[in-house]
Amino acid sequence: MEEAVNNIPLEEEEYIINMGPQHPSTHGVLRLVVSLKGEMVQNVEPHIGYIHRGIEKMCESLTYPQIIHLTDRMDYLSAHINNEAVSLAVEKALDIEVSDRVKYIRTILSELTRIQSHQLFWATFGMDLGGLTCFFYGLRDRELVMDIFEETCGGRMIVSYNCPGGLMNDIHPNFQKRTKDFIKYFRKTLPEYDRLLTGNVIFQERLKGIGIINREDAIAWGLTGPVGRASGFSCDIRKHNPYSAYNKVTFKEILYNEGDSFHRYQVRMDEMRESMDIIEQLIDNIPEGPYAEKMKPVIKLPEGEYWQSVETARGELGVFIVSDGNKNPYRMKFRSPCFANLAPLNILAKGFKIADLVAINGSLDLVIPDIDR
Amino acid sequence: MDNVQLAASAAALAPGNEIVLGKQFVEMTVAPELLVSTATALKQNKDTLFDMLVCITGVDWGKELGVVYHLRSTVSNHMIVLKTKVSDRENPEIDSLCSLWPAADFHEREVFDLLGIKFRGHPDLRRLFLDSTWGYPLRKDYKDDINILAK
Repeated sequence: MEEAVNNIPLEEEEYIINMGPQHPSTHGVLRLVVSLKGEMVQNVEPHIGYIHRGIEKMCESLTYPQIIHLTDRMDYLSAHINNEAVSLAVEKALDIEVSDRVKYIRTILSELTRIQSHQLFWATFGMDLGGLTCFFYGLRDRELVMDIFEETCGGRMIVSYNCPGGLMNDIHPNFQKRTKDFIKYFRKTLPEYDRLLTGNVIFQERLKGIGIINREDAIAWGLTGPVGRASGFSCDIRKHNPYSAYNKVTFKEILYNEGDSFHRYQVRMDEMRESMDIIEQLIDNIPEGPYAEKMKPVIKLPEGEYWQSVETARGELGVFIVSDGNKNPYRMKFRSPCFANLAPLNILAKGFKIADLVAINGSLDLVIPDIDR
Repeated sequence: MDNVQLAASAAALAPGNEIVLGKQFVEMTVAPELLVSTATALKQNKDTLFDMLVCITGVDWGKELGVVYHLRSTVSNHMIVLKTKVSDRENPEIDSLCSLWPAADFHEREVFDLLGIKFRGHPDLRRLFLDSTWGYPLRKDYKDDINILAK
């Protein structure tokens, strides 16, 4: 008995573990310095900046059509939506109204982007928690969306398809058929995801009640997207400040009040269904019209400040442009959703086990280049 | 509440600030010493209730360094823009808003990192992305030695 007591000599001491920047569960170059007491997390300190490219500084010497190509590289899983945000901000500044055709196509592509982003989340989240099969299922289905992007935009992840004034090119003749085929296929496959992972007892036990944040804290920390909505904070920009064709479609904003890791996961699963509903409402009704407005060869924004928020797969992306009337922005700021969602990681993980930190970090669905910019 | 009403109630809540009705939002220029009291009033008043800090942007205006705050009320979905400026470029200091919105923590560290504006009362003001050997890259007088983007 005495021996057993003596075998835990370090019980009273706090020790520090370095997780990342090359740890597979941080999904990128995020470094977490974790203080532990036994297995319990005392403090988490995120160290970021490993993939800081100074995009905001680079924007100051680029023109607006060039900036579009940089935004793909922030949240690379929401590339279409990032492009759209800058395009909308420039169009707003120039008082340009794009055709309904552009609005419909932008909305469809944004929702396809959301679906593929949540598929990748599902795949990697399952893998983080020990279910490697999820990774193959998720990436298999995501490939179908990537093929649609490739055919229409030319790129798979780095698409740069939206541009100020409309789209780079018209949609591919196969676009509608392929998208409908995908929706038909994915309606059948999505319940498979639930059977494979959502209902799994081990999976639920590891997530329910882990990493809770309540609604007031979620608002105070500025959490948006599925992370905010899992805490009951109604923050969907598509509902509150509709852009593109979101005022023409009906969809539910998914809200849960529990605010734990499991419901952050559940919000994303439900959102994939809502996204499919939105696409189905639009895909057969894409109106005729020009795919781009005629723009001046050199786009100069009038002097002033412009703000545009959009809902990416991770939350609110805000684009803030300060223009001095030149062809380059004077200052360009991206309010990225992951940056805000990372900040409360410490209070989410405190008091839980280190294995739960992996689950909490996964449920925030962070994309590190979006944090660092 | 539309922007005209919002401007009126914001003016009543925090007198002494210059208020402009912008194209998109109500824009309030606040003296640095009035920043905390103005933000507190805007957050706590029942009419305005700006409970969410969306974004903090540091801007180098040339002679002055400025900080722009985008605030949103999650109850009535309106937004306001607070702007403040300091003319001391050597040692710029602005009060921190971390005690009002914890979200300000990371945003203020980012502004400190890239523009060198110090936030008084910030619990943990360290550089966020870059190490201490860098200057402040988002300042307009920053010399980029490698000059990737030189024309």
